[in-house]
Amino acid sequence: MLNHLDRLESESIHIMREVAAEFRNPVMLYSIGKDSSVMLHLAFKAFAPGSLPLPLLHVDTTWKFRDMIRFRDETAARHGINLIVHVNRDGLERGVGPVTHGSRVHTEVMKTEALKQALDMHGFDAVLGGARRDEEKSRAKERVFSFRSSTHRWDPKSQRPELWNLYNTRVSPGESVRVFPLSNWTELDVWQYIEREDIPVVPLYFAAVRPTVERGGLLVMVDDERLPLEPGETPREMLVRFRTLGCYPLTGAVPSSAATIPEVMAELRQSRASEREGRVIDHDQLGSMEKKKQEGYF
Amino acid sequence: MPAGGSAPTASKEIDAVLSTENEKGHVRFIICGSVDDGKSTLLGRLLHDSRTVFEDQLSAAQAESPTYGTRGDAVDLALLVDGLQAEREQGITIDVAHRYFETDSRRFIAIDAPGHEQYTRNMVTGASTAELAIVLIDARKGLLTQTRRHSYIVSLMGIRQVVLAVNKMDLVGYDRSVFRSIVAAYKAFANELGIESVTAIPLSALTGVNVFESGEDTPWYLGPTLMEVLDTCKLPGNEVAGGFRLPVQWVNRPNSEFRGLSGTVVSGSVERGMTVAVSPSGSRSTVDRILGPSGDLDQAVEGQAITLVLADEIDISRGDMISDNGQPPALADQFAAHLIWLDTDAMLPERPYLARFASASAVAQITDLTHRIDMDTLGRLAAKTLQLNEVGYCKISLDRPVPFDAYAMNRRTGAFVLIDRFTNATVGAGVISFALRRATNIVWQKMKVDKAERARVNQQKPCVLWMTGLSGAGKSTIADRLEQKLQAMGKRTYLLDGDNVRHGLNRDLGFTDRDRVENIRRVAEVAKLMVDAGLIVVVSFISPFRSERSMARALLQEGEFVEIFVDTPLEICEARDPKGLYAKARSGELANFTGIDSPYEPPQSPELRIDTTELSADEAAVAVVRLLLSLE
Repeated sequence: MLNHLDRLESESIHIMREVAAEFRNPVMLYSIGKDSSVMLHLAFKAFAPGSLPLPLLHVDTTWKFRDMIRFRDETAARHGINLIVHVNRDGLERGVGPVTHGSRVHTEVMKTEALKQALDMHGFDAVLGGARRDEEKSRAKERVFSFRSSTHRWDPKSQRPELWNLYNTRVSPGESVRVFPLSNWTELDVWQYIEREDIPVVPLYFAAVRPTVERGGLLVMVDDERLPLEPGETPREMLVRFRTLGCYPLTGAVPSSAATIPEVMAELRQSRASEREGRVIDHDQLGSMEKKKQEGYF
Repeated sequence: MPAGGSAPTASKEIDAVLSTENEKGHVRFIICGSVDDGKSTLLGRLLHDSRTVFEDQLSAAQAESPTYGTRGDAVDLALLVDGLQAEREQGITIDVAHRYFETDSRRFIAIDAPGHEQYTRNMVTGASTAELAIVLIDARKGLLTQTRRHSYIVSLMGIRQVVLAVNKMDLVGYDRSVFRSIVAAYKAFANELGIESVTAIPLSALTGVNVFESGEDTPWYLGPTLMEVLDTCKLPGNEVAGGFRLPVQWVNRPNSEFRGLSGTVVSGSVERGMTVAVSPSGSRSTVDRILGPSGDLDQAVEGQAITLVLADEIDISRGDMISDNGQPPALADQFAAHLIWLDTDAMLPERPYLARFASASAVAQITDLTHRIDMDTLGRLAAKTLQLNEVGYCKISLDRPVPFDAYAMNRRTGAFVLIDRFTNATVGAGVISFALRRATNIVWQKMKVDKAERARVNQQKPCVLWMTGLSGAGKSTIADRLEQKLQAMGKRTYLLDGDNVRHGLNRDLGFTDRDRVENIRRVAEVAKLMVDAGLIVVVSFISPFRSERSMARALLQEGEFVEIFVDTPLEICEARDPKGLYAKARSGELANFTGIDSPYEPPQSPELRIDTTELSADEAAVAVVRLLLSLE
């Protein structure tokens, strides 16, 4: 009989094969985080011994941690992956960023708008994403195959019924489906699987001494010179790690000494805070994630 | 640690902990019952008491409780689960939530179902994958219609383990007699449904009594707590004793050396060297290799996503089913099934829908709706259609034979969903009872004189000129001119006119959506026979639905169906009103009139569009003749 991780693994592989078999032009959204690393690892398994039948897309806000970009490029080179990197050039020219424009505008322009631009430009009809239902309460409500209108909107109040594993893959031209193969994984499952399968992840997930400053209750890592410091302020060297990774000025570090996967898992078992607590974009308005998702955010 | 490297491996001690972690069983269960019986609160309680709720999530629920909660200033645990803004504002559950928690021995996927009748289709979504159902009842209210409705769906979806949670016991003073009478009433109903095992527990989601801990409040109850039941229920994979089934999802062909058949083992197991059968082709082969998620395997079991390599080069593609040679699935193009309708547009018998099975797809028509089921009384009612959330027993006919099993034998290969071919909505879900073999006994008679021969004698290319448009658009007038012109050219023709056919062949039909579908089906079949007879058939029918026009097109061969859209704006048709029908429809004397209170779906890409504001009837007929000549 299969154990818990085996079942999750096979379910995810099944979902990915369904996408490859049914869609004309699918893509996998690659955000460089641990969930994306697991999703990519599962995709190799789903299509072995063949290579990936779909490209990867990274929407680069230009504010990701430098370690993330390094990891992304190494991963793509190591596996010979067809990686599309998209930046919202228009937003970049207007100088939109988290420090000057705040989290809401930055996310809207550099992530959500940028994503829609990339999807429209390439005409993708299915987009695989690594989001999990246990991350956030509106995500707990979403289908595995989640329909999007031709303007990329999600209508949470009238989702397609989704029975058994008989997924409805039909869309009209211009419409698309967001597909979440890791829907039923939890944060702990992801770490157990990374441990079991020896999957490489960005080193930022493990504790190290890093320069940090406090911003609105968050411990922000000073990853480059773009983060303005108060007069007389000097970054403090602290032993920290990250539970999730996003744009560095919007992602809080946690004080931690967990430097290995088992230590990370032990810490998670003790933790009384949720994974996304350190993400500013989840808390900048009431029902934040649901609103961003309706507008097209992943 | 190097960038991109993995972390050092765990110590032996932690390894041991991890390996028991990984061996934990995995149970999916659904929480159902009527509105306000406390489903979301119970799930909130399970998450809270299993210490799955984080402090920031709890404080967010705490902060929202005075505004959206139903407990005054105290924290409303349902807010942990009702994740959509609309749900928190209205204090109800609209869609299913999937939540995750664990105990020392098990991992759980908990599915919270909405209680309102209008959201039943979302409850069905959750129930389809659950192995156990917790049916919640408010001790003060007892069995409600929605309790029975959900229990019916639980049994329809093949869930065999049911926990009856009599909730809000704190509000009836933990009274034993209240509990007993509810249990007796429920067990009688469950018995009628054929649910054999029901474990009843008196509990309070609000106070937590008998959820994790048995309290002092129910000294008369000696049974297990809810968590004890969940921790000891049967795990998936144990009950499926059926034969090996692998619906082929995807053919993996990276190079000429390798040809693998990818899919998930939905039941039974497969070993290297085993002889397998392929449906529908009926060919056989032996298993050469099994590729599992982590490489080659000697054996694969239920639930595993694998890739099979067979010893022989046989033609297999997506939609085929690989099975035990000794226990193949049924193969048929007709079957009987229970169907639950999930769309706001009613089910229409004879309308072609797209059916999706474990891997195959086919065009399906409901040929016979035997009865509808009253889920409250379990009575059988006569019905012509199914509305949203209604269940019926019907016969379904497919455009090709598909492999399947009875749902009672196999939940994966006995299920299907129906999809509307135009809106792409998931409109129905069905569970198969058995294959019908009527069609296989009627063998098509091969005749010596065929369509091509008749067409040759007539010296013409037979086809259907299908004119669609609103009432009063000018179809009949144009059709009449057209047939005169064709006769003058020496063509053999026949004109099928909507009103005229309704005087004879279709006089038993009215103007409901259902009857309109049947009206067009019959006319399409008659037109097909006439094309077979070698005639050019002019059809002049409002034929308002895209779906049925496309069914007519599908009945004929490529190039034989010519769709002509007689395009006249509604205002002009209404102003002409040659038969005074629009006036009657406007005054309410005439119901279901196309364009007024029944929709007209214009063709998206007709072979010809006639704008009657530009062309006279005679010019329009000439345009059709020109098109016909260009096709010949």
